[in-house]
Amino acid sequence: MTDPDQLRAATAVGVLASEEAHLALLSSIVDVARAIFGARASSIFLLDEDTDELVFEAASGLGSAELVGSRFPSGTGIAGWVLATRQPLVLEDVSKDPRFARDLAEATGYVPRALMAVPLLHEERALGVLEVLDRPDRARSPLEEMDLLGLFAGQAAIALDLLLAARRARAVLAGSGGELMAVARVAEALDGLEGEARGAGLRLLEALDEVLRKN
Amino acid sequence: MEAASHNGEEELPAWSLPRDAVDRIAIPLEWPDRVNREWALGGSTGKGATVCIIDSGVEPNHPLVGDVDGAVAVTVAEDGELVVEKDEEGDLCGHGTACAGIVRALAPECSLFSVRVLGAGFTGSGPALLGGLKWAVEQGFDVVNMSLSTTKRQFAETLHEIADRAYFGKTMLVASAHNLPVESYPWRFASVISVGSHESPEGLDFFYNPTPPVEFFARGVNVDVAWLGGGQIRVSGNSFATPHISAICALILSKHPELTPFQLKSVLYLVATNVGGAP
Repeated sequence: MTDPDQLRAATAVGVLASEEAHLALLSSIVDVARAIFGARASSIFLLDEDTDELVFEAASGLGSAELVGSRFPSGTGIAGWVLATRQPLVLEDVSKDPRFARDLAEATGYVPRALMAVPLLHEERALGVLEVLDRPDRARSPLEEMDLLGLFAGQAAIALDLLLAARRARAVLAGSGGELMAVARVAEALDGLEGEARGAGLRLLEALDEVLRKN
Repeated sequence: MEAASHNGEEELPAWSLPRDAVDRIAIPLEWPDRVNREWALGGSTGKGATVCIIDSGVEPNHPLVGDVDGAVAVTVAEDGELVVEKDEEGDLCGHGTACAGIVRALAPECSLFSVRVLGAGFTGSGPALLGGLKWAVEQGFDVVNMSLSTTKRQFAETLHEIADRAYFGKTMLVASAHNLPVESYPWRFASVISVGSHESPEGLDFFYNPTPPVEFFARGVNVDVAWLGGGQIRVSGNSFATPHISAICALILSKHPELTPFQLKSVLYLVATNVGGAP
């Protein structure tokens, strides 16, 4: 017998945004973060709680996006510190630090001169780290910049929390051996119907429900 | 007559003050009519005061940090037990070294200790933070610098107990506040000093905030700090304002080691730049 939570997850996944939409959200976050500060680049890392790794999820303005998907241990480097301590940081002229430069180059393929890093926090959870690299436009004071980045990170974290919930729901489905995918597909198909077709679909499901309950 | 010590035979009753015991709580410190910076920390080098940095470790032999009198790493073993052992790794990020360098610059003769609670992965960071803080409080350091916080409510109660134990045990916890729209700990507790940033370039400038939970603002913008590989970078953030207050606490405690955290907070208030401490 399947756990009712899994069934609910299956039907929910059917109507949740697709993985493509989630990638678009991640791209949008780094694009907006970069635009707000007129920065050369921005990147986002999410925590994979199962493996305790930070995953480089998306970037804007970096020369190469090949490294998207790369992973590194969550306890090291600036991103690891920001994630574990929940403290935002602004670092200037980091290129002088060879170890730091190497860490970043391995993670993102880009060595910045300066960066701001802020944790993505939603309720109790630390979801990841947002970084803004090389911002030449300094119309604001550093404190104003940090407040603004904190505000934006809060909004991004709310959206990301939804994304991660959908990913977890998919993982539950995958773990069910695929049986529940049929339920998810039905929910997805029904959600995509309109007007008369949707009414017909609902009537068919009600009839199916009646038949199944009689057995 | 000497004030009763914590371990002395003549310890006072804990909850009351009999008439004949009044003399025994005479305050040994002579306070001037007006507490000013000269009295509080003038000429102090921090000598004799102990400051513990709970962070990412401290790089050994960094020229801007100098001697570190002890360094341990706190990790969580597979069975969930906390392990405290001598730290052979140094600093895994740079941040702990930066904090140690800030304290050293302002309080050159204080004793510095490092408790590394970061670097063992994110999952273990909450328990390691708790274990590291508990260990530091048990050692009886005068000042414990915590440029970090947790959002996990499951840790809040234990952290609160440790913070109160520190406060009554004469260990001043100094913790970074943050500007993010979530609850985090321990900086929100009244038994710690919580620190935010101001933009002045003067390291000894600090301001009392009459609308807490952030109690003091210290230098936290464009600070040149020690970093990995013997290097130096320029940084901003409350996590760098915090060691400025830790260092100022060390300067005051070096001159006035009798001060309890309550008295220390009172002195900080009286000599804050926006109260009575303006040059």
